[in-house]
Amino acid sequence: MYKIGVIGERDSVLGFKAVGLDVFPTSKGEEAKHTLHRIAKEDYAIIYITEGLAVQIQKDIDEYKDLKIPAVITIPGKEGSSGAGMDNVRKSVERAVGADILFGGDK
Amino acid sequence: MAERMNVNPTRMMLTSLKKRLKTATRGHKLMKDKRDELMKEFLELARENGRLRQEVEEKLADVYKNFTVASAIMSSEVMEESLMFPKQGVMLEVGNRNIMSVDVPVFTFKTTAEDPTNIFPYGFARTTGELDNAISALSDLFPLMLELAAKEKETSLLAAELEKTRRRVNALEYVMIPRLTATIKYIQMKLDENERGNQTRLMKVKDMMLAEVIQEKRENDMRELESYVGE
Repeated sequence: MYKIGVIGERDSVLGFKAVGLDVFPTSKGEEAKHTLHRIAKEDYAIIYITEGLAVQIQKDIDEYKDLKIPAVITIPGKEGSSGAGMDNVRKSVERAVGADILFGGDK
Repeated sequence: MAERMNVNPTRMMLTSLKKRLKTATRGHKLMKDKRDELMKEFLELARENGRLRQEVEEKLADVYKNFTVASAIMSSEVMEESLMFPKQGVMLEVGNRNIMSVDVPVFTFKTTAEDPTNIFPYGFARTTGELDNAISALSDLFPLMLELAAKEKETSLLAAELEKTRRRVNALEYVMIPRLTATIKYIQMKLDENERGNQTRLMKVKDMMLAEVIQEKRENDMRELESYVGE
């Protein structure tokens, strides 16, 4: 049995608690990094992380990129989408094909 | 011209190199097929991934909007208190799916709520309608978010595999195979050259031996002739 975790700013992630996800509120990148590594070792198969924090600890997130579990997924925070999540998809395409041929490179 | 390998030009080496070239060519063909198929799968997946993400981000923005309104109306203590003890838990099951020998996870989830129609972990007296809206919208959105997680993981795993395969195809096509071909050609030429050298040497030796025999015969004849004339 696996669990789902959400890391993000308190205001953004509070709601996820109500639907039954495990919430780890933090606003500091450093703290988010520790939380990410800690819960990645536990039974968390999916970890959602808000964009604001995700950009700060992108390198640590990339560590889990090639592993099957956990899936670390960026979601927009309360202040709206900055396109950081879409960037990940674009990066995947670039990695696979050598050039971004799907999303036109528009920002 | 590709650089040839540093090997001894022997017949044995030639045989083993030829075998390697055959394997490399076959491997190249297989890899290329794999790459093409992966690419097909991947592009479809990435497109879907992009669409899904857009949808999730849009819906999530709505949820946040409701939350913001709710938190503006309610005090943060009441809000936190209301959400503190969730009624429903989420259990996640991770399965396996195999796409072109890439293991990707499949997520299925179960909610553990006694009453799926009433997921609100609070009484309605002290909370606003916006909070209810936000939470029910979020719980509706949840399966979509799960799908997004699976798709995104799948995309990134496939991307890694595709990159690896692409590199291998290129390495075989532009390094391995030309190098093997060049080396085989080099050995073949070297062996042919040796063969020709041998041939000439043999012919030369034969000439020398013939000349010796003729000379001997001639001397014999001369001696016979002299002894006959002398009589």
